[in-house]
Amino acid sequence: METGVDTDIAFSQINTDNSVIEVRNLYKNFGGNKVLNGFELTLYEGETLVVVGKSGAGKTVMIKCLVGLMAGDSGSVKVFGKEIQSLEQDDLDELRTDIGFLFQGSALYDSMTVRENLEFPMRRHFKKLGNDYNPNERVLEALESVGLVHAVDLMPSELSGGMKRRIALARTLMLKPKIILYDEPTSGLDPITAKEIILLMMNIQKKYNTSSLVITHDMDCARAISNRVIILIDGINYAEGTYKELSQSKDPKLQAFFKK
Amino acid sequence: MKDMFKSFSFGIRLKKFLTNTGDVALFAGRFFNEAFKPPFEFNELIKQSYLIGYKSLPLVGITGFIMGLVFTLQSRPTLVEFGAESWMPSMVGISIVREIGPVITALICAGKIGSGIGAELGSMRVTEQIDAMEVSGTNPFKFLVVTRIIATTLTLPVLVILGDAIGLYGSYLVENIKGSVSFRLYFNVMFESLNYSDLMPATIKSFFFGFAIGLVGCYKGYYSGTGTVGVGQASNSAVVVTSMLLFFIDFIAVLVADIFYDL
Repeated sequence: METGVDTDIAFSQINTDNSVIEVRNLYKNFGGNKVLNGFELTLYEGETLVVVGKSGAGKTVMIKCLVGLMAGDSGSVKVFGKEIQSLEQDDLDELRTDIGFLFQGSALYDSMTVRENLEFPMRRHFKKLGNDYNPNERVLEALESVGLVHAVDLMPSELSGGMKRRIALARTLMLKPKIILYDEPTSGLDPITAKEIILLMMNIQKKYNTSSLVITHDMDCARAISNRVIILIDGINYAEGTYKELSQSKDPKLQAFFKK
Repeated sequence: MKDMFKSFSFGIRLKKFLTNTGDVALFAGRFFNEAFKPPFEFNELIKQSYLIGYKSLPLVGITGFIMGLVFTLQSRPTLVEFGAESWMPSMVGISIVREIGPVITALICAGKIGSGIGAELGSMRVTEQIDAMEVSGTNPFKFLVVTRIIATTLTLPVLVILGDAIGLYGSYLVENIKGSVSFRLYFNVMFESLNYSDLMPATIKSFFFGFAIGLVGCYKGYYSGTGTVGVGQASNSAVVVTSMLLFFIDFIAVLVADIFYDL
């Protein structure tokens, strides 16, 4: 995909001393269905890590375990060194202010305007925002980052799929998170809008200096934004490396992802 | 073999019923735990009270009015036949205030409010809006559930009183058209036959009706199944379960009120 932005940031440039997310031996079953079977992951500061897997491979389950929306059956999930499952609710809420989460279906609040959607994350986190923050300025700044200032007073029902995804992205920026988790950011979008979203993700990464974890089955997206790729098969990280390394592999299971 | 299958099926159903009942009780317990702990969502509570209470007024009003009209139209000929026409205000007043008003209003609200809450929270669950709330560090239970249950609990008694008043006025209109009784005489006779012991139990049970409507609607929506089918089921079962629960609460309320009458 030609995005027009310099995406060739080698993984070797990433500082691997500072990890922001560490997942070790994560298991998750639903009934008899083993979804995660000892999955492991490390996200480094400033890195964009893409987890690729087929539909139903457990990508969404894994990413939800990272923010405490789901609990693994066993294993360890550490974010900024804190074990997610052992945190008290208040501490977990505070930690979540450092994590932005872009949902697959955007998950905008239907009953609220765009402005109210963006203001929502700020309502309980005055400590992080400080006393001198201006909600209106923050909303407009976030909307400017995604190029949708004019949509500030619209309802989600008045927005197109691509606009919804952008507003959802703006909402994740409201608390200036250090990590952004993207759950299938380009799914359900036409190629042009998908390209715009990818560009936005890259711009946001640069502007806000975030670490990003992207789960997707869109290989164009993976190629454009990844510093490193993990292939999730049968609940484990089957293969790990840069996009280029993995795309040159002879393993038929990996080739299935990369061949067009 | 057939009997065994039947008892097995009954056993499973009983287990499911008891499990659901336990889950609703835990949900109610969580409500009481969260409702009195800060931070409080006052703005959302006011918004929900407006949406649940004020927006239900037209339906409750029309239902109450027709209830009063029909009740009087149907019972009047019998009373006239026995020469007991003068009992009409007392009979209508006691029936509507004690029983028909609260139950009919609650059933109407179970249909309108309970299904609305079930569908709204169900679709929020399906579209990950509840997850989004949680990830943003806001307690979705407090924001969505606590506010709605308090709103239904507080607004239903008001709706019942308004529904009763409009129903009684409807009854007066029939009596005025068919006979020649004045507004003042009709309501004087009615209020003379009504006591606080008629009004208080009805008002108290209305709080419980409101609580049941909010609790079941929120429970069904908050834990709705996936997809549009899940949302539909959440909405549907919110109405069915609430309606049955309302009759059960009414039965208990009548028994308790009876004990107090006997004292």
